[in-house]
Amino acid sequence: MTVTLDPSTEAGPGSPKPGSPVRLAGLRRGYGQVVALDGLDLDIAPGELVSLLGPSGCGKTTALRIVAGLEHSDAGAVLVDGKDISKVPANKRDMAMVFQSYSLFPNLTAGENVAFGLRLRGVSPAERRKRAGELLELVGLNQHYERYATQMSGGQQQRVALARALAIEPKVLLLDEPLSALDAKVRVQLRDEIRGLQQRLGITTLFVTHDQEEALSMSDRVAVMNAGRLEQCASPDEVYTRPATPFVAAFVGAMNRIGGIASGTEVEVLGQRLVVTQAPEVPAGSKVTALVRPESVLLTPATAGNVRVARSSFRGPVTRVTVELADGTEVDSDLPSSAAVDLRPGALADIRFAPEPVMVIQ
Amino acid sequence: MTAVVDLSATPRTAARRKLGKGRVAAWLVLIIAALYFLIPIAASVEFSLRGVHDTHDLSTWENLFGQPGFLDNLVTSLELAAGTVVITLVLMVPTTAWVHLRLPRLRRLIEAICVLPLVIPAVVLANGVLVAFRGGPSWITGTPVILALEYVVLALPFTYRTLDAGLSAIPLTTLVEAGRNLGASWLTVLLRVVVPNLRTAILNASILSAAMVLGEFTIANLLLMNTLPVWTVQAGQQDGEVATAASMLILIVTWALLLLMSVFGQRGARRTGRSS
Repeated sequence: MTVTLDPSTEAGPGSPKPGSPVRLAGLRRGYGQVVALDGLDLDIAPGELVSLLGPSGCGKTTALRIVAGLEHSDAGAVLVDGKDISKVPANKRDMAMVFQSYSLFPNLTAGENVAFGLRLRGVSPAERRKRAGELLELVGLNQHYERYATQMSGGQQQRVALARALAIEPKVLLLDEPLSALDAKVRVQLRDEIRGLQQRLGITTLFVTHDQEEALSMSDRVAVMNAGRLEQCASPDEVYTRPATPFVAAFVGAMNRIGGIASGTEVEVLGQRLVVTQAPEVPAGSKVTALVRPESVLLTPATAGNVRVARSSFRGPVTRVTVELADGTEVDSDLPSSAAVDLRPGALADIRFAPEPVMVIQ
Repeated sequence: MTAVVDLSATPRTAARRKLGKGRVAAWLVLIIAALYFLIPIAASVEFSLRGVHDTHDLSTWENLFGQPGFLDNLVTSLELAAGTVVITLVLMVPTTAWVHLRLPRLRRLIEAICVLPLVIPAVVLANGVLVAFRGGPSWITGTPVILALEYVVLALPFTYRTLDAGLSAIPLTTLVEAGRNLGASWLTVLLRVVVPNLRTAILNASILSAAMVLGEFTIANLLLMNTLPVWTVQAGQQDGEVATAASMLILIVTWALLLLMSVFGQRGARRTGRSS
């Protein structure tokens, strides 16, 4: 398979052309009393895939649509290749978007959909057909050239939409929750395909999702948003293991909130001293809340254990065991299923924590 | 065992009987309605085919096209139909699409405005147009153009409702945004994204409007315009058979248009794999 996305170059699938840097500078957007974006700043390096992750209404889709030119900002600017494109209409931004809902033109076949942008750019019919075929081959649908949207599954439609977006060789690829309407198996498969293609082609990509697993598995960096603001933008590993704010800690992955006693750079939780990521601004001896991941909570069955198993939930390789502390607080623990066999509801266990830095809030 | 089978079969049989009675009633209603419409048409056709001495022939139909003024008025009516359809679509397709995209809250208001021609008497409409265009350019007043403008207003209820339904059936916002995002101007989006996906609705609106124009008599008569329906009424005062044949011709043309609508609609649905 040889796919040449730019006929003016000898680029092939293994030789991506450099993407464009994107900067969102102080983006603000309000709808009446509701503030959707409250001064969003974000830099995306050429060829990087950055996910905007956050709960519904956090402003991530608004930010994406402003970048695409489908909405305007009240203040701030969008810069691509260092140029302010805030006033450039959507059709002249040289960006391509894959939408959450199926967006293939129903009156066109898959091939014609892919060729749509090429036709607007004056590419000859023969060249259009050739390149549309190549793009469909790239997403594994070269046999579907003549099919209409209604004759394809949701996953196939989104693949065609991706091919259509890539066909115009955009400076920036925008993905607006393109996998959310698909079933779980197709979603996992397609997200790997999208990531593979994006890395291979080196296209700067902004990906909006509310699914943290998607964001963590696909992105170079994850930008966690809350109430129109950026809470943290870092690598998936850093966002997960060293959340910058309590919101990030709570939103990304599961998190236990366990009472403890502050002690400088440490916190004492259930008799165990743990290093804190950032010392709380409270006097030593103050009551604080430690945020501990379920996988950092270790349980051992013990007849004289200090916690009682409330319930357990089998999740394949991992079992989530919920125990109840003496003060009634429930704590989740993710254990290998083989280690959770004896931790049935009602059983007693000893609890301890992995020696990893934890975040502390007041 | 047999008893069990009998017991389970009894309600089914009753249900079938009920269904059968329902079907018979439905067919009865259909047949009565069909007769209500078809008997006058059949009588008119028979009347238009009457020759001398109670014979039947095609002489009236053969002579129809040679009648003074018939062809001119037929052409005028067809031109009016075409003009009305073009003006209505040029006006209404972008407007309705824009309302759906940007002003969805105004849909009810626009619909109410578009339905007004149905509740305003033709005399009021005709006089309103005459007053509005008094002293207007000569290429409008005193020409069929003024009638076409009047018909555009009369066609609004059919056109708006048909286009509104068509636009509601497609993910318009997403398609338009996808088109814009791929580099299409607003005009290109309208012509290459919206119009092709509204093909059936546009065809329906066009044919309904054309059928309305081909049969409209009151306003044309009030504005002293010569159209096929006006000619037919005038001809009827001298020769009933010719007038009936002309009326049947209008009916045939209208039915042919409706047939076309159905055929194109089904073909469009087959092409895109849509069921409706």
